[in-house]
Amino acid sequence: MHEMSITRSMLEITAAQMEANGIHSLKKLKVRIGELTAVEPDVLRFCFDIAIKGTPFEGAALEIEEVPLGGKCRICATEFKITAFENRCPKCGSNEIERTSGHELDIISLEGD
Amino acid sequence: MHEILIEEKILARNDEIAAENRLALSDKGIYTINLVSSPGAGKTSLIESMADELKKLPVSFAVVEGDLEGDFDAKRVERRGVPALQITTGRACHLDAHQVSHSLQWVFGHAGLELLIIENVGNMVCPAEYDLGEDAMITVMSTAEGDDKPLKYPAIFTASELLVINKTDLAPYTDFDITKARENALKVNPYLKIFETSCRTGEGVKEFATYLAELAKAKRRS
Ligand SMILES: Nc1nc2c(ncn2[C@@H]2O[C@H](COP(=O)(O)OP(=O)(O)OP(=O)(O)O)[C@@H](O)[C@H]2O)c(=O)[nH]1
Ligand SMILES: [Mg+2]
Ligand SMILES: [Zn+2]
Repeated sequence: MHEMSITRSMLEITAAQMEANGIHSLKKLKVRIGELTAVEPDVLRFCFDIAIKGTPFEGAALEIEEVPLGGKCRICATEFKITAFENRCPKCGSNEIERTSGHELDIISLEGD
Repeated sequence: MHEILIEEKILARNDEIAAENRLALSDKGIYTINLVSSPGAGKTSLIESMADELKKLPVSFAVVEGDLEGDFDAKRVERRGVPALQITTGRACHLDAHQVSHSLQWVFGHAGLELLIIENVGNMVCPAEYDLGEDAMITVMSTAEGDDKPLKYPAIFTASELLVINKTDLAPYTDFDITKARENALKVNPYLKIFETSCRTGEGVKEFATYLAELAKAKRRS
């Protein structure tokens, strides 16, 4: 279950940022997870809750912004959400589609005192 | 209460080490493959089957084996006269760039190496997010699995450049539809290049080995 190693990487970055900004207690962590990553939001929440038990992060909330697989038509520039891997522009029918989102695995921000 | 904006990739540290690996390997002109599949699809068998072909071409290659435990796969590969190093990941279900960086000293000990194959832990989910510093990720799926695999595990198929459909000899005995599997794979990743192999009959292995050899030689020239 790599969500645990993802969680560990998240907490490493968080600890460094808290230290750099003089934050002592973490209230919330915001992350962005793309639909096309191998990370399952529910599993990540579960791992996060387990990982922070008995640590200085205990009690913090994890907020996950889920990003759908997004596409942009190379012909007419329409931007849309790709469902069921349908690589076709809903406006002009072209199949020259550039994938613009869905691979995100980012830490956005933290809240604390 | 303060909100601190971070905006950083969660795996930024892994990506950094992967970039260092890539640079070091490229410096030596070594083409590197990250070979992934679900457990038992035939990664090690494919390496074994390719060994003679690659030697004939000739391409000088070595293998780094990632497994949870044991050195069974490295032993199998060594028996074919191919240098192999075993990395055990313990509880981690994937290799990461840091583990691979520790194998580079061993890799660079083989003068004139042209191709490095890293066999990842058998797992179709986790390796997708961990860049090792490879030139290409190659997914192996077998006809003993479902032809809907690409739709169920899209992350690994989109992260890959090449797909090998292995165990084609078994296809007549299963309800695996190779045409359907190809369609599904290309739906998820329209840029995939697809090969079909059987490690049992040897069908398609030479074509695949030759293609890898060309990639390796092209990198040497560049
Ligand atoms: N019939 C048939 N069997 C195959 C083929 N390729 C591999 N096998 C068998 O499938 C089983 C698993 O093969 P491995 O090469 O060990 O698979 P792997 O992907 O390296 O497995 P892990 O490293 O454990 O994830 C072995 O019993 C192989 O003999 C093939 O093309 N046809
Ligand atoms: Mg193996
Ligand atoms: Zn369009």
